Amino acid sequence: MSDIIRRDPRTEWIARNRLHPLHAAMQPAQTSWMGPNGVLRKNVHGIGFIGPNGIKRIDRSGAQQGGAIKRSVAVDVQLPLHRIATPAFYIAVVPDMVGGRLSRHDRDLLGLAHGLAGNEGAVLAVIFGEHKETAFDTAGVDRLLILEGSGFSGYSPEQRVQGLRAVDNQFDPHHWLLPDSRNGGGELGRRFAASLGERPSTRVWQVAGEQCIGRAGAGAEDLSRPVSRLILAQAECAEPVSETRHEAQAVELSTAVPRSLSRIEDLGAVAVDPALIPMSEAEFIFSGGNGVKDWSLFHRTAVALGATEGASRVAVDDGFMTRDRQVGASGTWVTARVYVAVGISGAIQHLQGIGACDKVVAINLDPTCDMIKRADLSVIGESSAILEALVEAVETYRNGAKRDAA
Amino acid sequence: MGQNAMRPELGVSVDKGALHVISLVSVGAHPTSGRPRRAEQDARAVELGLHLAGDNLHVLHAGDAEEPALRGYLGMGVDELHVLAQPPGADALPGLADYIRESGVQLVLTGSQAETGEGSGMLPYLLAEKLGWPLVVGLAEVESMSNGSVQVLQALPRGQRRRLKVRLPFLATVDNAAPKPRQSAYGPAQRGLLDVEEIEVVIDDVFIGAALTPAKPRPKRLKVIKAKSGADRMKAATAKASGGGGQVLKGVTPEEGAAAILKLLVEEGVVR
Repeated sequence: MSDIIRRDPRTEWIARNRLHPLHAAMQPAQTSWMGPNGVLRKNVHGIGFIGPNGIKRIDRSGAQQGGAIKRSVAVDVQLPLHRIATPAFYIAVVPDMVGGRLSRHDRDLLGLAHGLAGNEGAVLAVIFGEHKETAFDTAGVDRLLILEGSGFSGYSPEQRVQGLRAVDNQFDPHHWLLPDSRNGGGELGRRFAASLGERPSTRVWQVAGEQCIGRAGAGAEDLSRPVSRLILAQAECAEPVSETRHEAQAVELSTAVPRSLSRIEDLGAVAVDPALIPMSEAEFIFSGGNGVKDWSLFHRTAVALGATEGASRVAVDDGFMTRDRQVGASGTWVTARVYVAVGISGAIQHLQGIGACDKVVAINLDPTCDMIKRADLSVIGESSAILEALVEAVETYRNGAKRDAA
Repeated sequence: MGQNAMRPELGVSVDKGALHVISLVSVGAHPTSGRPRRAEQDARAVELGLHLAGDNLHVLHAGDAEEPALRGYLGMGVDELHVLAQPPGADALPGLADYIRESGVQLVLTGSQAETGEGSGMLPYLLAEKLGWPLVVGLAEVESMSNGSVQVLQALPRGQRRRLKVRLPFLATVDNAAPKPRQSAYGPAQRGLLDVEEIEVVIDDVFIGAALTPAKPRPKRLKVIKAKSGADRMKAATAKASGGGGQVLKGVTPEEGAAAILKLLVEEGVVR
């Protein structure tokens, strides 16, 4: 239903007609009444209605009658669809997909690709394996190619280069865009460039017309050169797509990707002591605040989860954690992908510090606190009981995985 | 737990002298003054090479042999530095590839990008492609070696490590996760030998055409609010950061709550 305010003549008529059976229900909410001490009380919030622009309107002419219907103002804006029926050419983008989702860097890159594609070309995103992203359309992906297969799982740069070469043969993109990041994009792009024999433009931060500017050397110099076919771009190289919606139509490779025998065998991730990772770059932070009563249990849970420990200002001031563990505006601004806040109500300084976090989990007693509003998953309850249960659940999960492997 | 995984005793299972290693070095530039110095990452490559091969380490440079900053590497305890003499602007790749192919070396270590010139970081990739060797990016540590295959730790962002197994010979780049380089001593640096070899010069004409300028500070990204009405702009300016309505579990047992949290952590891949 549209949220535009419309008059309902029938409701207004019922409200005027005292003999109508629905008359009482259609009366506007009472706005002023005599209080118990003889003082006139007014409910100013009950007066008027919210207009289409989200502004409160009060109609004192007496024309406004009928039931006070609460309308939400949040309008889901449907962006115009940018459709490329038959692409004249392709701009291929290989996003990093850290954690299976488009990162901010990936979105900037898609924005750059959209600029290069213009109204004729299509942006082709090449993804390896599973993903969790749901917003490819608003990120600016016209065509989506998912390369699946066991060969692409784990660390498989050589097989991925083979996959990209197959894409190159079939679609022959005008440009290849990869993020020049440490999350795999920089490495894959350079491997691909060496395999194609193309000279890439690296560490590009601006593409203007036929020229692109990238950092050179140790970052103290700029190198301006003609745009090459392969571009490895830095974060914030362009504005992300925000004004159009795209088709994100799935396409497939017509040929199978040749399996190359991997010369590098991936033996999996190594357990790293989370306490040695600097807080500002830790991936998974388990943070405690005023609501934590049992700090030994808190530390035990952090060890069980394998998370880096953090704290709110209150916990640090009370001496439960050291100052270097403080998260927030006056502590560390963290960039964790997953942030678990135990007993932290979410002061604005703390919320600023976790602004860059993707997923926030809150454990708190107070269901109305600001942290719950920020969190993606909140559990309301006593922290000690939940932490006990969490330690137990993690141990069962780990043991189960071990049994499966054996 | 992870402490041992992070810092095993270096060279425990690596037999010094059994391995023939080349470290490729370049001339760096000090980040503030721009004065020539030993390049930070190349020095780490030499340090790792000294751990692995000891006196068998071969240090190789392609470029100007007269550069005094090169002696910084000799001061790390290397007796001799091999230089393939080239004028500035020449392509180092063909000379290096020929030299490595003829030397019969098993492991080549390089920094991940140069501190001067283009600094595209492409050299190790092109060299690996040309030699047909596997390339390990971001080598942090060599764990063990047996039957011609090596187990190494690769540095990942956010302080993570990944264990890889590669067969010799291979090429590896090191970055700031590799062991810190030792100080360079002045006396040995002056006493060390420079073995200069003249090679055929291939001029890199693409790079000469491009212009290097002092880096411009990048414009700060503006927060553009595309609101149609004043009320929306007001809301955008005063709104607190919010995740946009997450799932709230109220009145559940601690076990159910913990299970929901664990499910999210496993989905995100942070609990393994």
